[in-house]
Amino acid sequence: MAFAPFPVRPVTPQERTFRIEAGQFSYTPSELSVNPGDTITIELVSTDVVHGLYVDGYDISVEADPGQTATLTFLADKPGSFRFRCNVTCGAMHPFMIGKLSVGQNEWFYRSIGLSIIATIGSIGYLMFPRLLPLITAH
Amino acid sequence: MELTRNPFIKNALKSRYPQLAVFIVMLVGYVFAILAGLIGTPVGSHNFSIVFVWIAWWAILILVAVPFFGRGWCAVCPIPLPGEWLQRGAVLTPPDKKPKWLNLRWPKALRNIWLQNISFLLLALFSSVLLTTPNITAIVLAAMLFAAIGLSTIFERRSFCRYLCPVGGFIGLYSQTAPIELRIKEKQVCVTCDGKPCYNGSANGYGCPWDVFPGGLTKNTYCGLCMECIRTCPHDNIAINLRPFSADLSKPSTRMDEAFKAFIMFGSAMIYAGVLLGPWGALKDAAYNVGTSAWFMYVIIFLGMIFIILPGLFSFSLSLSPNPSPAGRGVGVRVFASLATALLPLGLMFWVAFSLSFVLTNATYIFVSLSDPLGLGWNLFGTANTAWQPMLTSILAPAQTLALVGGLIWSARTAQKAAGEVKVSSIPVIIYCFIATLAMLWLLL
Repeated sequence: MAFAPFPVRPVTPQERTFRIEAGQFSYTPSELSVNPGDTITIELVSTDVVHGLYVDGYDISVEADPGQTATLTFLADKPGSFRFRCNVTCGAMHPFMIGKLSVGQNEWFYRSIGLSIIATIGSIGYLMFPRLLPLITAH
Repeated sequence: MELTRNPFIKNALKSRYPQLAVFIVMLVGYVFAILAGLIGTPVGSHNFSIVFVWIAWWAILILVAVPFFGRGWCAVCPIPLPGEWLQRGAVLTPPDKKPKWLNLRWPKALRNIWLQNISFLLLALFSSVLLTTPNITAIVLAAMLFAAIGLSTIFERRSFCRYLCPVGGFIGLYSQTAPIELRIKEKQVCVTCDGKPCYNGSANGYGCPWDVFPGGLTKNTYCGLCMECIRTCPHDNIAINLRPFSADLSKPSTRMDEAFKAFIMFGSAMIYAGVLLGPWGALKDAAYNVGTSAWFMYVIIFLGMIFIILPGLFSFSLSLSPNPSPAGRGVGVRVFASLATALLPLGLMFWVAFSLSFVLTNATYIFVSLSDPLGLGWNLFGTANTAWQPMLTSILAPAQTLALVGGLIWSARTAQKAAGEVKVSSIPVIIYCFIATLAMLWLLL
């Protein structure tokens, strides 16, 4: 369950454009969902001070001056869930100005759930084993 | 394995000078953090007080010190030092028997960690401001220093550390999971020992500053690893031992103050993961804008989560056990508190997983702040212009999964032991931990 290959739904890559407004200390929208292989264009609009947008895992970024639009285009070729965050010091809560980009399924999350289920069943099984053993041996 | 059999380790611990050297470095750093917060740049990510306290120190504390050394941080923490020196009227010289200042006993009704629970929650409710605003961090650091000094002049020993420190409460609780302990070697030696110098002091050192009689130590929770008893024991009966992780948890606590500390830490990690690391701007606004109606809602939700929802669900899950209270009606206090012990390993791992994300993302600020601690344009070590860059993002999710699933297994094992002590089923607690782990995975991954 935790390590089995994930079923992949075939999808035709698209070009997708998102307009993201950045203001102290959040993005709107703050969650993006795309398919692997999509070409993504982010139009970053800052509504107050200078803000940036850095995408974890892709290691790409863009900065927007107040009232200006800056554009970032990239190929979403890595599946998974990635945080994007402001990379220009923009005020007190700057380190926590964070959004989320989902490229296809968040495989790692589902695999982690699988591991947690295995851990839980294993722990309960370990607990029950001494009680079940006489029943098993009786048969 | 007894570490103090090694003569080098033993001599280093018996001598006051190595510890004093570390204390002085820490105290200088602490005072500098206060000054930096007050006179340095208001930009938190470029101020020594924020970067070194909430990124560097926090990383060392949660990722290394607590999991591997328990109260190791308390052994070198500078906060009680000035007060202790004032209380003793000495820095290194052996004590005389005349008490300095008032030297009162701490009130009996407050000999628990409820005040530490409250002080932690007070900081937690203001944490978004505290973590990001240098002068607020400086004020809190200074307040802790002065509170420790003030209490040292009124009460005996380290009352601040033992009963009030907002950090000490959770370090003590989680130190039970650490693979290191200070214990006596032979109980009978302590029973027959004249004068109990480990507790009362002698010409060789001070009586236990943590108000603990080492002869009765069975858990790490309240031993601050100050090493005074190693210095004062006339029978060489104190040892520092390496041991398996979480050895103390096989003897679960039945105290409600400790049980609720477990819930406070468990819930706070989940709330921080959602508020600080999540993509929800409204939550961040609510947590940051202190005094607004949104902040009051945040406070109500925060406290409701910690004092009602999490313990309520825990209690409900225990009530589903075939034999929830062997002694009587409902889920008994003893059962509740004992099984809350099972939340400690998972709670610690929640904090590890949360801190990994926070620390790895912001670690490059350490290099910047090292060269320009006040944000005044200095470049002392040539690292002031280091570009911000998250570190090790590719291993972050696997490391968090490892911590959380490992914590789940660890907590399940602890629940089995605790449930055995109070003769109830551990399965409801394991399922509770499983659901909490899923929630944390969802918040972090």
